[in-house]
Amino acid sequence: MASITRRKFLTATGATAGAIATQGLFPAVLRAQAEPLRIGCPLPLTGPFAALAADMQRGATLAVDELNAKGGVMGRKVEVLFRDDELKPAVGAQRTKELIENQKCQFIVGGLAAHVQMAINEQTKKAKVLFISTSQSDEISAKPDTSPITFHEALNPTITSRVMGTWIAQNLGKKWWIIYADYAWGKQNNAVLQDTLAKQGGTLLGATPYPLGSAEFSAHLPKIQAAKPEVIVSVTPGADNIAYLKQARSFGLDKTMKLAQPLLWISYLKEGGPELYADIYGSINWYWELQDTIPSAKKFVEASMKKFNMPPGDYGAYSYSGVLEVARGVELAKTTDAEAVANALRKNPVYDHFKGKEWWRACDNKAMQDMWIVKGRGPGKTKGDWGLMDIVAKVAADEKYDRTCAEKGHA
Amino acid sequence: MPGLGAVSGWVGRHPVAAFGIFFAVFPFLMPYKSLASQVLIFGLFALGFNLLYGYTGLLSFGHAAYYGLGAYGTGIALAKLKIGSLWLGLAAGPLLAVLGGAAIGFFCLRRRGIYFAMLTLAFAQLLYFIAFHLADVTGGDDGLRGIPQLPLNLFGWKIDLEGSLAFYYFTFIVVWLAVAGLKRILDSPFGTVLQAIRENGDRASACGYDVRRVKHLSFVFSALFAGLAGGLDALRLSVVPVESLYWVTSGQVVIMTLLGGAGTFFGPFVGAGTYLVLGDRLAVFTERWPLVIGLIFMTFVLFLPKGIWGTLVANLPGGTAAGRKSQ
Amino acid sequence: MDFALAAVLPQIFTGLVLGMIFVLLAIGLSLIFGLMTVVNFSHGALYMLGAYFTVFFLGYTRNFWLALLLAPLMVGTFGLLVERFLIRRLYGRSPDDPLLLTFGLSLVLIETAKIVWGKIGLTLDPPRELGGAVNLGFMAFPAYRLFVIAVTVVVLLALWAFLQRTNVGLIIRAGSRDPLMVRALGINLNRIWLLVFGIGCGLAGLAGALAGPMRGAYADMGVTMVIESFVVVVVGGMGSLLGAVVAGIMMGQVVGITTYFAPKLAEIMVFVVMAVVLLVRPSGIFGEAGLAE
Repeated sequence: MASITRRKFLTATGATAGAIATQGLFPAVLRAQAEPLRIGCPLPLTGPFAALAADMQRGATLAVDELNAKGGVMGRKVEVLFRDDELKPAVGAQRTKELIENQKCQFIVGGLAAHVQMAINEQTKKAKVLFISTSQSDEISAKPDTSPITFHEALNPTITSRVMGTWIAQNLGKKWWIIYADYAWGKQNNAVLQDTLAKQGGTLLGATPYPLGSAEFSAHLPKIQAAKPEVIVSVTPGADNIAYLKQARSFGLDKTMKLAQPLLWISYLKEGGPELYADIYGSINWYWELQDTIPSAKKFVEASMKKFNMPPGDYGAYSYSGVLEVARGVELAKTTDAEAVANALRKNPVYDHFKGKEWWRACDNKAMQDMWIVKGRGPGKTKGDWGLMDIVAKVAADEKYDRTCAEKGHA
Repeated sequence: MPGLGAVSGWVGRHPVAAFGIFFAVFPFLMPYKSLASQVLIFGLFALGFNLLYGYTGLLSFGHAAYYGLGAYGTGIALAKLKIGSLWLGLAAGPLLAVLGGAAIGFFCLRRRGIYFAMLTLAFAQLLYFIAFHLADVTGGDDGLRGIPQLPLNLFGWKIDLEGSLAFYYFTFIVVWLAVAGLKRILDSPFGTVLQAIRENGDRASACGYDVRRVKHLSFVFSALFAGLAGGLDALRLSVVPVESLYWVTSGQVVIMTLLGGAGTFFGPFVGAGTYLVLGDRLAVFTERWPLVIGLIFMTFVLFLPKGIWGTLVANLPGGTAAGRKSQ
Repeated sequence: MDFALAAVLPQIFTGLVLGMIFVLLAIGLSLIFGLMTVVNFSHGALYMLGAYFTVFFLGYTRNFWLALLLAPLMVGTFGLLVERFLIRRLYGRSPDDPLLLTFGLSLVLIETAKIVWGKIGLTLDPPRELGGAVNLGFMAFPAYRLFVIAVTVVVLLALWAFLQRTNVGLIIRAGSRDPLMVRALGINLNRIWLLVFGIGCGLAGLAGALAGPMRGAYADMGVTMVIESFVVVVVGGMGSLLGAVVAGIMMGQVVGITTYFAPKLAEIMVFVVMAVVLLVRPSGIFGEAGLAE
């Protein structure tokens, strides 16, 4: 029976108590460090825009790799969780709920197509989670849908059609026929195109709606042939674009008229091929050959070539930027609280992730950005697998291309 | 197992109570609460469809119409007409659905079989088309947004339904009442005539029953349940997407009902739960989940036509006798 | 030429081509339903397979004509397997079961197509010989579309000859009128049903093979087509082949003319026409009375 001196006893308990105390501390600190920053990414991985969604998935992945290579955000690893929203608003809303409630995502970046974005937005507003939306929509940055924590990285119909419409009227012809998909995005583009044409002093010979996804344009084309416009402007998204161009060419429309559209998407140029897209004019938010002149583009393209053996596309660029902006906002605000991050981004609105300077407009959280007029390269003129477009002109970012803050319902 | 027979016998005799007990704890079995609410809501939708198909024998291809009318009814009442009461807003949905069901049923029931089915589809597509193009009222293809999350006014108390658990229990009470309502319908003489019509419509007619009127009434009740589901879903999602009226939604409710077991009491909920939870969990792992669902569905049609619950009921000891009518 | 006619004639021609695709699909559906009382919901997926198989054979043989022949045969053979191993199990059960099974089958086929051929869809070009346009006087019409009309007419004539002039055709016609009697006469109806299902599926595959060069091949291409085909069959009368032809051509015109005069209504017109027809004539235009009331 060894006697325990008081000193030894006190030392022992002191040491034990100290050990217990620091044990209590350490796990918390370790846990905070280990707890990753989760970003939820609902995308239409199945469905008609799957090609664009795949591009967006790659873009977001590259952003995450880049962030984690630098040690993460505030010492925390970044994770992106992808979910299939099937291009349906109800599914998008449900997946967003799952990402927020079950996976504890603190941010949402994603959404393709306006109706899905807005359904996602309703959920993020309810849950007070910051949402950076990555595809075209006029409503997402306007009242009543928008909110202080809703950000819009992508271009919208107003900007796209004002820019492209102006360019077409000044360079291709002033007598138009418009063919447009009969849903919100199509109708918005049609309205802005007509307005722009009128302002440029042009004439509208006709405007034909068609049901989205119908892929059968033959019934419309004879009428257009008879009217003899100088330019046919087609608002035909996704797979419709390819079907339309095929059929327009098979009816010989490309021989006597110029074909143009508000947007071109590199994924569809790849699918359709150079013969189909030769000399088709459109606008785009970004194209990989810009790496020749823009340093951040070069960095982005190199990372993509290394990991995926292909350059990033126009929509991949949106998601890449969206994820990096979330990280930048968190670093600035030193917290993941949505309102704080939103305020930080508005206070420091300028950024450059892949195409030069962009900035968030304060009233509506809209990303103002440069864009380019491009046209498809014909057969024999393409460079490698992805050198499918010629850059025709650059249109520098200008807030006048979008609706004003007042027009969007902000004071 | 002796205990199992006793349990299944009890469930057979007291289906409404059993429903209450199971779904009271259900949200804690689910990975997240909103999924539990979704299961209840689509279970209710399938319940309505099952009344028409499983119990009356009429296969409708356009049941999304009543779910959609319910969703838009509630959505428009709360978002556009700015009705301040949650109860009134929720009631507007099934009311609109019942009106729609009465009118559409009147036309469709003039025909039978595949012709009846195609007519129901035509009317559903017509509603879809109208909702798509009447953008000022319905939001068009962007969907109806801005549905507020009103608090529940119950006997003077204001209960906030923002949290997903609170919303779940609100949905649970409403659906439970609907389930009790269905039990009353099925136990009534009307319910018996329904099932007689399913077995042999001509004989029921020969027995003197006004078959056309009974079918019509069944159609309207079916629309009521589907519409209530739609109204609840409008509250859950805060939007009404135009796809609510699309034939794909009609197809989903058919799959759910068959998966669970047509003509059984709990089949719709079992089917809805299986379909939704499977879809939710599979979608996390693979984009190919529609393939898995399709294969499972085919397997059921080939080998387990009674569905999950139907097969269970047929094979459980105490289940058969007391269970057949109300399980 | 009268101005109104010059404007509408092209529309009529384009509607005719649409109608031909509808006719091919509707005949297959009607044959299968008329004889077997099976509602084949996978018809749209088989149409899609026809387009994809054409791309596949074109890549293999580099000969469009050969691909056009082989693709429908392949789809028809697949149909034989489906009948023999899947649908045959369901005879004697609820009449809704084959409908539901083929609905599930269509989901499986569409997903499998995405796995095998990718999510994006494939381009399919008509052969060089048919690539240009033919001057019809009032318009320049794509030669390939004239080809589609020609092929459909030839196939319809061949089918008519088969049904009217051969023994097998006689059995098929008798079997759709009175299957019990035909069985009582000792004829093995199983083999006939197998054949009919295969032919029906082959026709769907042909429709897809013909439509591919016009619209491209993509996994969801059959999804709206199957609904519209059902509308056509129901309008013509389930089980009536003449009805399928008449209704198919009629619906093609409905779509074409509505697109010209009121493009916004084009997608709903087919349903409106169907509802009107059904409410006036219970079983469609040529369908058998009594089946529907």
